[in-house]
Amino acid sequence: MTDTVLRISNVNKAFGGLQALSDINLNIEKGKVHAIIGPNGAGKSTLLNVCVGLLTPDSGAVTFNGGTNVIGKSPHEINQMGLARVFQTPEIFPDLSLLDNVMIPAFAKRDGAFHFKLFQSLSGETKITQEATEMLASVGMDDKLHVIAGSLSRGDKRRLELAMCLIQRPHLLLLDEPTAGMARHDTNKTIELLKKIKEDGMTKIIIEHDMHVVFSVADTISVLAQGAIIASGTPDEIRGNPVVQEAYLGGAEL
Amino acid sequence: MMKQLMNLLKKQSDLTTILMFAAGVLTMPIWLDPIGANYPDLLQKFVIFGIFAVGYNILFGLTGYLSFGHAVFLGVGSYAAVWSFKLLTMNVLPAMLFATLISGLIAAAIGFVSMRRSGIYFSILTLAFAQMFYNLAYSVLIPITNGETGLQLRMHDPRIIDNYFSDPLPGLPSTDFFGMSMNGYSGFYFCAVVLILAFYIAMKIFRSPFGMKLKAIKSNQHRMRYTGSDTRPYLITAFIISGMFAGLAGALLAVTDPLAGAERMQWTASGEVILMTILGGVGTLYGPLLGVGIIKYLENIFSTINESVLQQFFSFLPQWGENFMVAIVSPFVGEGWHLTLGVLFMIIIIFLPGGLMEGFSRIQKRYRKAKINDTQSDSTKE
Amino acid sequence: MDAILMQLLNGLDKGGAYALIALGLTLVFGTLGVVNFAHGALFLLGAFCAVTFQKILTISKKILDPSITYFDAYIEQPYLEIWFGETGLAIIDYAVPLSIIVTIPTMLLIGLAMERGLIRHFYKRTHAEQILVTFGLAIVLQEIIRHFFGANPIPTPAPDIVSGSAAVGTWIGLGENFVYPWWRLIYLAVSTAIISSVFAFLHLTTFGMVVRAGMYDRQMVAFLGINVQRKFTIIFGLAAVVAGVAGAMYAPILPPDYHMGMDFLVISFVIVVVGGMGSLRGAVAAGFLLGVLQSLASMTAVSSLLPGIDQIIIYLVAVVILLTRPRGLMGRKGVMED
Repeated sequence: MTDTVLRISNVNKAFGGLQALSDINLNIEKGKVHAIIGPNGAGKSTLLNVCVGLLTPDSGAVTFNGGTNVIGKSPHEINQMGLARVFQTPEIFPDLSLLDNVMIPAFAKRDGAFHFKLFQSLSGETKITQEATEMLASVGMDDKLHVIAGSLSRGDKRRLELAMCLIQRPHLLLLDEPTAGMARHDTNKTIELLKKIKEDGMTKIIIEHDMHVVFSVADTISVLAQGAIIASGTPDEIRGNPVVQEAYLGGAEL
Repeated sequence: MMKQLMNLLKKQSDLTTILMFAAGVLTMPIWLDPIGANYPDLLQKFVIFGIFAVGYNILFGLTGYLSFGHAVFLGVGSYAAVWSFKLLTMNVLPAMLFATLISGLIAAAIGFVSMRRSGIYFSILTLAFAQMFYNLAYSVLIPITNGETGLQLRMHDPRIIDNYFSDPLPGLPSTDFFGMSMNGYSGFYFCAVVLILAFYIAMKIFRSPFGMKLKAIKSNQHRMRYTGSDTRPYLITAFIISGMFAGLAGALLAVTDPLAGAERMQWTASGEVILMTILGGVGTLYGPLLGVGIIKYLENIFSTINESVLQQFFSFLPQWGENFMVAIVSPFVGEGWHLTLGVLFMIIIIFLPGGLMEGFSRIQKRYRKAKINDTQSDSTKE
Repeated sequence: MDAILMQLLNGLDKGGAYALIALGLTLVFGTLGVVNFAHGALFLLGAFCAVTFQKILTISKKILDPSITYFDAYIEQPYLEIWFGETGLAIIDYAVPLSIIVTIPTMLLIGLAMERGLIRHFYKRTHAEQILVTFGLAIVLQEIIRHFFGANPIPTPAPDIVSGSAAVGTWIGLGENFVYPWWRLIYLAVSTAIISSVFAFLHLTTFGMVVRAGMYDRQMVAFLGINVQRKFTIIFGLAAVVAGVAGAMYAPILPPDYHMGMDFLVISFVIVVVGGMGSLRGAVAAGFLLGVLQSLASMTAVSSLLPGIDQIIIYLVAVVILLTRPRGLMGRKGVMED
């Protein structure tokens, strides 16, 4: 019996007169890569923000790992619960080195939301430094350990951001349009990376536009259109679904 | 060679750094003598404001939060110390502990409120608190602060602990550290030791995971939250620590000169520490100290220059030339030192916001580039 | 009752000054995105425009005092009086209102110079650097004034005809005993007029519409191909004029001295934050509200209970509001939020 990592039940959200989300029900299963796709304005960002507790839905619930309510929690609480997130525009620490960038999430995981100890030395933190170095190696950037993160290309920043999330071994990794704004070359590299980390069995939600990415890595696809889920299933099922094709205006992209 | 020196400075182990620093500070009377800075009052100012700036840098340098209210803690520290002198004992240790503690408490209160907002809001809030505390000290809490006149020692102060152990001597007593006088050079050495300890703590913080987290908050607070850290306790802690450093500095000001006045709390004093930190180099360990040294040294020179000195200086020019030069320069000296300070402030922000430390590293980079261009055979490129 | 009304009017007066400064601050911040710590200095410069104008008008010549015959005594007689007699004296008398004629162009020039010379280069820099450089500028301006005018407040009286008090009590039926200074009433009227014209300008002209749009979404306005840079300069100049005139007219109420700029600035910032950063209406409303609050708190009835409360009440209120309603009274979402 696969357990549900994230359960979205009967979520509704309206902004003024616009119903952004209508009666959304989604179960994200453990170990699966679940893609959420949909045309522009379908409500993907709204749904995402509800999942991470940024938006409070008008009705419905979002529970994490069987019981903990996500709504109303602050970002750090949600991360401490085990949810890591990658942003549309890569969010990293531009003034710190790559190694430092990856060490910070590791510290947060180990020490909790707040930790203060006077007379603790960075040079003594060999275990975390080791972990961070290995993580950077696994995403292919261990030749740049001491490079300042702000100078990286967008694709490299994306890889760094993934490393930062993965080092926390989250229960759920949320990817918000991970290939947005990338050139074809970078997109392919990202797909390779996503495929590689898929092997570790981590549960992931990907919000995406790019069909190529979605069909390469997703186990389950849910299609969102005008605030409602119009189809949910395996990539093959979605590919042949006429409702979905129509939602994408003739289905030329599929 | 420059590069090696800079690398040397960065990679030293904690012990070596602190020993080198201690040596540098304790020998100040020697190496400052050639530039005429070797007298106790000035030396004391260097180290006391050094403590203030080092602490301020923990907040501004690491987290990027710009506080205009730190002069409050300077004042609070002074008042607390003087009250300790009056009520308990002339021994400086209780005064310093008392001052640091109270500053910490007030910093906790102010920090808790101000950190609810970030960026500009935060700066404005600290400015408002600064003005509020100044007004409190000046007109509302007169029983505690003695308002405009300032808080001073009196012959008939209770001095409970002192008077328990010995009979009161005639005249006003002076501050001491278990018998060691706080005047002149011994006062300087005492404060210098305190600076060394304070620097040690700051260095530890800079080089700790806590310090790294503060830098991360400055770099991208949004991302910091989403990686599981609650940023507010970190910021408040940094604020409290820097407030305590400031309170300690305030106490030392009273230790070397036992009086406390409201003007120490004015926003102009906050402005001064901001300038000193920025001039030297925000976020660097040594920068603020450099800034303190330069500003206090210049202040010492500039504020004592008056018209007659200027006239003497320009006397080699013809009369109209002399008058002209005196007229141009005089607004900037003597009482006009604040004008000079303001202009200096603007120049640094406009042209060199990273301070002198950034200036040095830029020069170093150019020097290195020149070297690489010179040696044609160098082909190790990244 | 009388005391309350008196303080209410005082508060509205002071509040008017606060509101004008806060208005300029918000305009500059909302459109240019710059936090201008030198804004109080503009108020200061305006006040000293009035002072300087008055000083110029009263440039005098030493003449022999005709009434003392047994030794040579000199009195000073203003040139204006020598040349124009009664009219000259009248001009001197009206120095403060007339100074507006000079203040407006002067402040406009100063504002334009500030924007072009300094502020413009800081659009792309961090808010901290903007704050710091304008802070430095505020200190420089303040010290320059101090150098030329000394450290003491300089009395700058209102015209004779309005230096007395109006029988406000009889107007509103509170009895003959209640009077209120004419000039303060005039100031109230003037500040309200200026605020109204600014709002009228923003809502009734195309330029104003662009400014308001820019306050909502600066990027969008730039994309629309509108020459944003020139608008910025003009807005800054406008804000400078508003602050300057507010200062010039306030001179008879509070004799100008070199640190009034910073004093008013701190309070105005607090007001902007309380009213809600980015909200013009909030700035004005909070200005008047906090001015009244401060004045009411200075009433003897209150100060006997809590001495000195008027000095800190504004800050206390600000703290409370920021704790309970962080966006201020009328703040918009997303302004200045990280």
